Amino acid sequence: MEEIKLVKGNEAVALGAINSGCDGYFGYPITPQSEILETLMELRPWESTGMVVVQAESEVASINMVYGGAACGRRVMTSSSSPGISLMAEGISYLAGAELPCLIVNVQRGGPGLGTIQPSQADYFQATKGCGHGDYNMIVLAPNSVQEMYDFVFDGFDLAFRYRVPVMMLSDGIIGQMMEKVSLSRSRPRWSAQEIRSMSDDWATTGRHGSRARNIASSLELDPNEMERRNLDLQSRYRSIESAEVRFEEFLTEDAEYIVVAFGSSARIASETVRMARAEGMKVGLLRPITLWPFPSARIAELADRVKGFLVAELNAGQMVEDVRLAVDGRVPVRHFGRMGGIVYSPDEILNALKQEGRSNG
Amino acid sequence: MDKVYGRSSLLTDNVMHYCPGCSHGTIHKLVAETIEEMGLQSETIGISPVGCSVFAYNYVDIDWIQAAHGRACAVATAVKRLQPDKMVFTYQGDGDLSAIGTGETIHACNRGENIVVIYVNNAIYGMTGGQMAPTTLLGMKTATSPHGREAAIHGYPYKIAEMVSLLDGVCFVTRQSVHSPAAVRKAKKALRRAFENAQAGMGLSFVEIVSSCNSGWKQSPVEANHWMEENMFPFYKLGDLK
Repeated sequence: MEEIKLVKGNEAVALGAINSGCDGYFGYPITPQSEILETLMELRPWESTGMVVVQAESEVASINMVYGGAACGRRVMTSSSSPGISLMAEGISYLAGAELPCLIVNVQRGGPGLGTIQPSQADYFQATKGCGHGDYNMIVLAPNSVQEMYDFVFDGFDLAFRYRVPVMMLSDGIIGQMMEKVSLSRSRPRWSAQEIRSMSDDWATTGRHGSRARNIASSLELDPNEMERRNLDLQSRYRSIESAEVRFEEFLTEDAEYIVVAFGSSARIASETVRMARAEGMKVGLLRPITLWPFPSARIAELADRVKGFLVAELNAGQMVEDVRLAVDGRVPVRHFGRMGGIVYSPDEILNALKQEGRSNG
Repeated sequence: MDKVYGRSSLLTDNVMHYCPGCSHGTIHKLVAETIEEMGLQSETIGISPVGCSVFAYNYVDIDWIQAAHGRACAVATAVKRLQPDKMVFTYQGDGDLSAIGTGETIHACNRGENIVVIYVNNAIYGMTGGQMAPTTLLGMKTATSPHGREAAIHGYPYKIAEMVSLLDGVCFVTRQSVHSPAAVRKAKKALRRAFENAQAGMGLSFVEIVSSCNSGWKQSPVEANHWMEENMFPFYKLGDLK
């Protein structure tokens, strides 16, 4: 029988971790995501699946624990909220440089600085443009429901290991704190030591056994030619990800004259905007990027050939709008509507912005 | 004739990048011998730091993880928790462990992780060209204390081994050196004890090895050894602390 539970988004991440065969979670409390660590400590998965849970002394320690666990070929993860992710930036860069898979969950709050504990989407740049130093990308998944916070733990680990890259789930305080029904039927065991050896014996630091060469997890390379080659390898991996892993969702775009582009919680709000607009006879559709990197640029470029304009709704000062503009390449107007600092817009605020867009385009 | 001594088979053929007179080569040898003698080659994962020993993975033939600056103890925590049957040790300098990595070090000690921390203290940043470390003695000249370390400007040298010996999670703290054959033998015994503690799940073992950095100190290897005996040992007293 399908198991359905009413849980918070943050609790869904904890349940997703246990049920997706996660080997280790390392985290530090910060609002609005502390329920993830709290739920794991309450459920004591080390007694059921053997999953390790450690409350670290800082986000810096958390991400470096993830680095160590990932180097051992294990499914490991951490979670935090915006200021904590800033502290993890160094570690994420090292994970990317050492080609290690992991899952990082950011339940965003408003910034900059200590900011606010209220929801925000102001970490889009941080998530999609790197976050730490050097040329690298993370795959970024943006859930818009509690169910997706559960499912994207599974998907995040799968993508991380398919490409040996860090994956970020970019959520926010709305999705993290709200309660919805979640199907928990998706479930799988942790990998056995034999499975880990058969999958990752050429890189995982599980102990140098038999005749295999020693494995070294490192991002260091002082020979510039070799360092460039490693960079080119990473870039070619990123091109493969861009061609294979773009995910997005469309709602009423077939005959749309205007497209709202929104991700995560904003997409939930904007879908109501689209219904309201349709009721008033406006031909409006919604495009919701599910992967923020890789970005659905090709699909947006296609739509740009036949719509009058785009409105990008996001809870920030205008971040994803830059990627939409790059894809549209000046063919039609692309405007931004946002609120900041923990203010969440209502569907009719986005609708008003759409009407202004329509008027200014004649 | 019986063979009484041989080069550890865990030492690779790579030529070490360390300066002539540096203590790291000797300490690497002791680590390799200890792992080999305990039959732990396939069971051991080393965590190397940022600093002169960043390339430790080139010299000892075991699996290695190169950690970000100061974070070795956090990395080791996860490696050991996820693979509790493995031997896990960090190898860190004084800049890495007692400056930028103070937090990670103290908390791994306090959690009582079943790992070995090897702490090579030469009172200076070697790899970056001889800058002042938290461990630099008062009056000592470095690239960032060119007139000698002054407490009013730079604060005092500190003894992190004494600090971690106060923590319940730590089972063994010792301060050794490798400046003489007798000292090398004692240091090796201490390493063996630390590795055995980790095997027995007794908590964290902390092995400090007071070392010379003749390049950073701008002395010959022999002068540096004498200087260490006369200046470092009175402040960083050798022996078991816990």
